Amino acid sequence: MINKTLTELSAGLKDGDFSSVELSQYFLQRIAKYDDELNAFITVTEEQALAAANKADEAIAAGTAGVLTGIPVAYKDLFCTDGIRTSCASKMLDNFIAPYNATVVEKLTAAGMPMLGKTNMDEFAMGSSNENSYYGAVKNPWDLERVPGGSSGGSAVAVCAKLAPVSLGTDTGGSIRQPASLTGVTGIKPTYGRVSRYGMIAYASSLDQGGVFASNAEDCALVLAAIAGFDAKDSTSVEHQVPDFSATLNDSIQGLKIGVPKEFFGEGLDNKIATVIQEALQEYTKLGAEIIDISLPNTHLAIPSYYVIAPAEASSNLSRFDGVRYGYRCEDPKDLTDMYMRSRGEGFGTEVKRRIMTGTYALSAGYYDAYYLKAQKIRRLISNDFKQAFEKVDVIMGPVSPETAFKIGAKTDDPISMYLADIYTLSLNLAGLPGMSIPAGKANDMPVGLQIIGNYFEEAKMLNIAHQFQQATDYHKQLPAQFGGEK
Amino acid sequence: MEWETVIGLEIHAQLSTKSKLFSGSSTEYGQEPNTQANVVDLAMPGVLPVLNAEAVRMAAMFGLAIGAPIGRGNVFARKNYFYPDLPQGYQISQFDKPIVELGHIDITLENGESKRIGVTRAHLEQDAGKSLHKDFAGMTGIDLNRSGTPLLEIVSEPDMRSAKEAVAYMKKIHELVQYLGINDGNLQEGSFRCDANVSVRPKGQKEFGTRTELKNINSFRFVERAINLEVERQIDLLEEGGEVIQETRLYDPDKNQTRSMRSKEEANDYRYFPDPDLLPVEITDEFLDEVRASLPELPQVKFKRFMQEYGLSDYDAGVLTANRAVADYFEAVAKDSGEAKLSANWVIGELSSHLNNHDLLITDSPVSSEMLTGLIKRIADKTISGKIAKEVFQALWEGEGSTADDIIESKGLKQITDSGAIEAMIDEIIANNQAQVEQYRSGKDKVFGFFVGQVMKASQGKANPAQVNQILKQKLAPESE
Repeated sequence: MINKTLTELSAGLKDGDFSSVELSQYFLQRIAKYDDELNAFITVTEEQALAAANKADEAIAAGTAGVLTGIPVAYKDLFCTDGIRTSCASKMLDNFIAPYNATVVEKLTAAGMPMLGKTNMDEFAMGSSNENSYYGAVKNPWDLERVPGGSSGGSAVAVCAKLAPVSLGTDTGGSIRQPASLTGVTGIKPTYGRVSRYGMIAYASSLDQGGVFASNAEDCALVLAAIAGFDAKDSTSVEHQVPDFSATLNDSIQGLKIGVPKEFFGEGLDNKIATVIQEALQEYTKLGAEIIDISLPNTHLAIPSYYVIAPAEASSNLSRFDGVRYGYRCEDPKDLTDMYMRSRGEGFGTEVKRRIMTGTYALSAGYYDAYYLKAQKIRRLISNDFKQAFEKVDVIMGPVSPETAFKIGAKTDDPISMYLADIYTLSLNLAGLPGMSIPAGKANDMPVGLQIIGNYFEEAKMLNIAHQFQQATDYHKQLPAQFGGEK
Repeated sequence: MEWETVIGLEIHAQLSTKSKLFSGSSTEYGQEPNTQANVVDLAMPGVLPVLNAEAVRMAAMFGLAIGAPIGRGNVFARKNYFYPDLPQGYQISQFDKPIVELGHIDITLENGESKRIGVTRAHLEQDAGKSLHKDFAGMTGIDLNRSGTPLLEIVSEPDMRSAKEAVAYMKKIHELVQYLGINDGNLQEGSFRCDANVSVRPKGQKEFGTRTELKNINSFRFVERAINLEVERQIDLLEEGGEVIQETRLYDPDKNQTRSMRSKEEANDYRYFPDPDLLPVEITDEFLDEVRASLPELPQVKFKRFMQEYGLSDYDAGVLTANRAVADYFEAVAKDSGEAKLSANWVIGELSSHLNNHDLLITDSPVSSEMLTGLIKRIADKTISGKIAKEVFQALWEGEGSTADDIIESKGLKQITDSGAIEAMIDEIIANNQAQVEQYRSGKDKVFGFFVGQVMKASQGKANPAQVNQILKQKLAPESE
């Protein structure tokens, strides 16, 4: 069961090999068995999953089922789910139950996908290790002493350890690609505006984008097609035709021009990772692709620019958590100011407070031009770098992360070194471009992801390119021994 | 020392859209608390704003009406501050790229001269909710029905030099937004509110003095009073050698005084930045053409046309164009009756005083424009005199008939113009009042009035006054033969 693709699961459901209830129970049992160790889930929704699975089985029996009907899914705990707690891994929202579904949840529910639960994450999606969670750190299934990456660590781990066949996450600066890389699963962050942000609790609105974790590109294609598209409830979603991402998976990549930015192979990159990436690129040349050296000269400005823009937006986005209408409120507030200060002081974790402070500072009178405005200008420079690159190449490739999964606690006291972990991923969010991470091998006995960067709205091409690699390799099929892989 | 007052106004006009600026909730006034607040108005996590196109159209109408450029790529920005009735923790407003840029409006000064007041800008923004401090012992209730209601904030240049000018400007804007149909003009319900920036400087000095801001003044009378009080306070301060502190002050109409609310130091740093949930609003030429075509005739234009087309005095034209409904009413009567001057007199006189006495709007008048037209036609064709017409109007007002003709008929008020009949009446009166005839003929002209009164009494007011005069003069003349 755990080695089947979504297409195979879908066929099994339709052929009556197993029911959706059985399939959901199978994953719920794996969650029950393994999640105490992994801590990938904040909330497991067994009851809802089985009810939805029952309905899915009826639809399958009635012949009204779609390709995803009956296949269970897990959501990062920042997608609002009607009647089920959405915590953002924060004490602030530990008691919050939304009376509405996020658009993507609405879409996958309508497609007949039972929800297994809500996955763990860095609090309010702020972090690159999934250690910043009110519900505790998530463990990497390949080495339980190591982090799975973040902020969508729980969703990556759920797929890695086969606690769910597919999951949704969000990527603001690398939060899908980096944990996908560190856990050896396939993750795609689509073009900004491709997927509705309605009901997705905002961290940094101009950078946040929902996406998919799965075992392979083929599975990502199916689920991405189901969540993509314009949404009248999100003014930043784009009215752009959603192609059948699965239809072009087997297209030839003969003559594909792959740009490799020299800035992605500089100081700070683990040599063993560089080797894995070079080998992956060689694999692509075997498939008929051409490797072209390119330059993205403003890459080094991505981190400072991101860490102004994202906290600035966050400082404002998180103002609504004030203890007035929902969420955490401190005990016995003396007056309004006391209520604000203690509710927010006690409700938010350290990293969230750090970013609120940074962002508030960056937007303050007298600093706005020097920080926020300048960061926005850099953002344009970074976009222009990519624009120029895509005049010469079809796709850009490089590492996702400069290092493999590190030990839990190793960077807790050094937020700057943690921020550096996002060096190859942030620039895409700043430019709004789509990106993927696919498993490309191992270094230090831990998975290494290859990053595939496409031009705007070229997710179909990226999935095709990823799929061709996965047809020729089996890195994406490897599972950690402890969770069902070969010893 | 002689002082000069400098005033600028910030007017908040609530736009008459059906739904809120960024959510589908109704904007209807006076509903049960929190019944018109959806998840967007409550700023639940993950929800997003979607701009109301109608509000954009209304703001564009205002811009075109004051001759201002419309911001082709206007931008919504977040104004960040914490307050319990501000659910998002920020107000979505416009900062450096407003929808309406520099325009102007002309006001009429007391001496009859016209003065142009600059309108710096007008921008769209969300209203906040309401904090309710009564009825919750030791606590505060929050009503979010108003939260997210669209406002057009209209900011003037510091062009006004007296409280009277400020009021004239405020009234002009009030008149305009109602003309455009983008605001209901209701000051009591807070649909039209005003903040005033006030400073004084020695006459002749170029630099502005330090200003204070008077908050939330919701009547024309209070604006005048509050500004005058503040001007007086500032002058007293300066003349005693003190200085004005930049601060926000609140006007208390009950005590008729202003008091400090917060100083500049306590003012928030709003940390404005473009709202990343909303894209810049692109205004196309086609859209503007459409809006321009939908604009009603504006007060100034109507004012001039009324003078030309109907030969009205500027006073009459001014009164009749101050309100669009009044202008429409007048124009209907004037056109259908063909008696512009008479129509103007009746609308400004009898009709307005009735409406005032009963505290009614012209749109709620029991005497419709058709009814008044019917009445004026009968005055014009001399079926009834002006005096009788007032009686007919009163009857129409009280619903005694649906047309003037019905009432004239049923009450027998038709004017007597038959000179034979009038002569007969006069002959009888002369015969019965020989003493007075003698007095008149001996030179006591005043007695003439007595005879007119007698004829009117005998005819129950229906005798044509001109004919009565003429025949009386003939009959009373010293017998010449």
